[in-house]
Amino acid sequence: MSVFLAKRLLTLIATLLGASVVVFAVLEVLPGNAAQVLMGPDADPEAVATMAEQLGLHQPALQRYAHWVLGFFTGDLGNSYAYGSPVWELVGERLALTLPLAILAMALTTVLALLAGVYAASQHNKLGDIGTMGLAQLGIAIPNFWFAILLILLFSVKLQWFSAGGFPGWSAEMGGGFWPALQALLLPAIALAVVQAAILARITRSAVLEVLREDFVRTARAKGLSQRAVLWGHVLRNAMIPVVTVMGLQFANLLAGTIVVENVFYLPGLGRLIFQSIANRDLIVVRNCVMLLAAMVIVVNFVVDVLYAAIDPRVKASDL
Amino acid sequence: MSATAAWPQRALRHPSLVVGAALTLALIATALLSFVWTPWSPYAMNLDAKLLAPSAQFWMGTDAFGRDVLSQIMVGARSSIAVGLVAVGIGLVCGVALGLLASALRGWTEELIMRLSDFTFAFPAILSAIMMTAVFGPGMVNAIVAIGIFNIPTFARITRASANAIWAREYVLAARACGKHRLSITVQHVLPNILGVLVVQATIQFALAILAEAALSYLGLGTQPPQPSWGRMLSDAQTLMFQAPLLAVFPGAAIALAVLGLNLLGDGLRDLLDPRLSRQRQ
Repeated sequence: MSVFLAKRLLTLIATLLGASVVVFAVLEVLPGNAAQVLMGPDADPEAVATMAEQLGLHQPALQRYAHWVLGFFTGDLGNSYAYGSPVWELVGERLALTLPLAILAMALTTVLALLAGVYAASQHNKLGDIGTMGLAQLGIAIPNFWFAILLILLFSVKLQWFSAGGFPGWSAEMGGGFWPALQALLLPAIALAVVQAAILARITRSAVLEVLREDFVRTARAKGLSQRAVLWGHVLRNAMIPVVTVMGLQFANLLAGTIVVENVFYLPGLGRLIFQSIANRDLIVVRNCVMLLAAMVIVVNFVVDVLYAAIDPRVKASDL
Repeated sequence: MSATAAWPQRALRHPSLVVGAALTLALIATALLSFVWTPWSPYAMNLDAKLLAPSAQFWMGTDAFGRDVLSQIMVGARSSIAVGLVAVGIGLVCGVALGLLASALRGWTEELIMRLSDFTFAFPAILSAIMMTAVFGPGMVNAIVAIGIFNIPTFARITRASANAIWAREYVLAARACGKHRLSITVQHVLPNILGVLVVQATIQFALAILAEAALSYLGLGTQPPQPSWGRMLSDAQTLMFQAPLLAVFPGAAIALAVLGLNLLGDGLRDLLDPRLSRQRQ
């Protein structure tokens, strides 16, 4: 296991470094002059020169890169051009929304997908199976931001159960609180979850069907276990390997999806920060947020790889 | 009966293929028709006729500028198809070439290409598109390139996996024993045998490209006005949800139907081209 972990850790570090080089190169070296991009094409050349000085653009690219990467460890990522506050602070505030949103969406995805997938498999080729899979097919085709708009139309405009957007915050002193905040995240989480749940339900169904054919399932049935006990106790556990792998990829998709869905619900999260920073030409914020999202995707995939090996010892054996 | 003669009958036995093909054809026909005819001009504004409900005159109503929604949706189909075609084309050409190369050369070339494609997965399409628009500005071309780049590792992976299986076949071993060059084996034996898989994947990626383009246009990073696009229409409609809720329904339904059609077509084609796989899935 330790050799396997060491190899995976090395890959993780190499991938993170590679990603940082790409993000740095694309956002700083390619456009020629970051100060010009920050201030717009019509900016006064003198102001651009001052800006370049402030950004340390006269230093060699390698030095600037090293400074930036070190900043992730020292907590000094520079100041936002548009907000004037430290990037770390901005990102920290926004993560307090985006991470709970992604986790809530992932939880909803898992519950919905396992229920639908196992149900469809247990009803194999019957009406329940065909109906559930038809719904899943539809769920995959619906863009999450459109589904979000439809949810707002139904629950905010028509029924008026939820507000159409915005976020009260987690602290009660600031006019929010745990429950109001959770309520504000519920519709966005549903919008994010439905598409991913549809994909995961299909995968759960085929994984469960695969396991249902195994001999041990017949044995479990032969010893008199109920259908429910066989499905949830024996089959699902063995069907989880492909399901967990896909879940890792899906968490990455959910994180990327927050960029769009946060904009539909006007939620002040990381996605909306990236989007606003592009509009403000705030490259420093864009660079750090993009790197952070990419890093989260990479780390989640690493965790999935390791979990995968923990669930299925054959993966390790083949890797050694 | 020969396999070719049975083809149409076999195709008809797959309902998802029939429905998918019908929806996809409808999408293409709508886009083509929009070049020669739309009920109204999709660009002409008429403030006297703004935010009208669907009627015999305007089948899907009008938007805040009095433009006909149906005409805009018809023209919007063009953007979706154009983005899908080019983005999938980029992914297909580069990804298949890389995958074939990895499979033919094996060793460190394969390792390098596969690690690089793993790496590209760290940047979901929307994230790479955002990075590109931050640098080069919003626009359809940047959106296409970003979505296309995201397609490359998907095609590289699937090509390599399928090609590796072909390289292990006896007829390929025989060709190698005869001293045939790796390149000619790749072109003559490997590529033709993995075309089916690639066609299926291309259909699925096409659907994903349409979704990605819609999301980028919704954010204002994709197709730019006045060129109508489904994503953009949705973002405009969102601001008018209380006055004209139906405005937010039609463009979304168009996206969903287009994506549904392509996904069903992909599923159906997979069942048709690879009966072994569909038996496994049952």
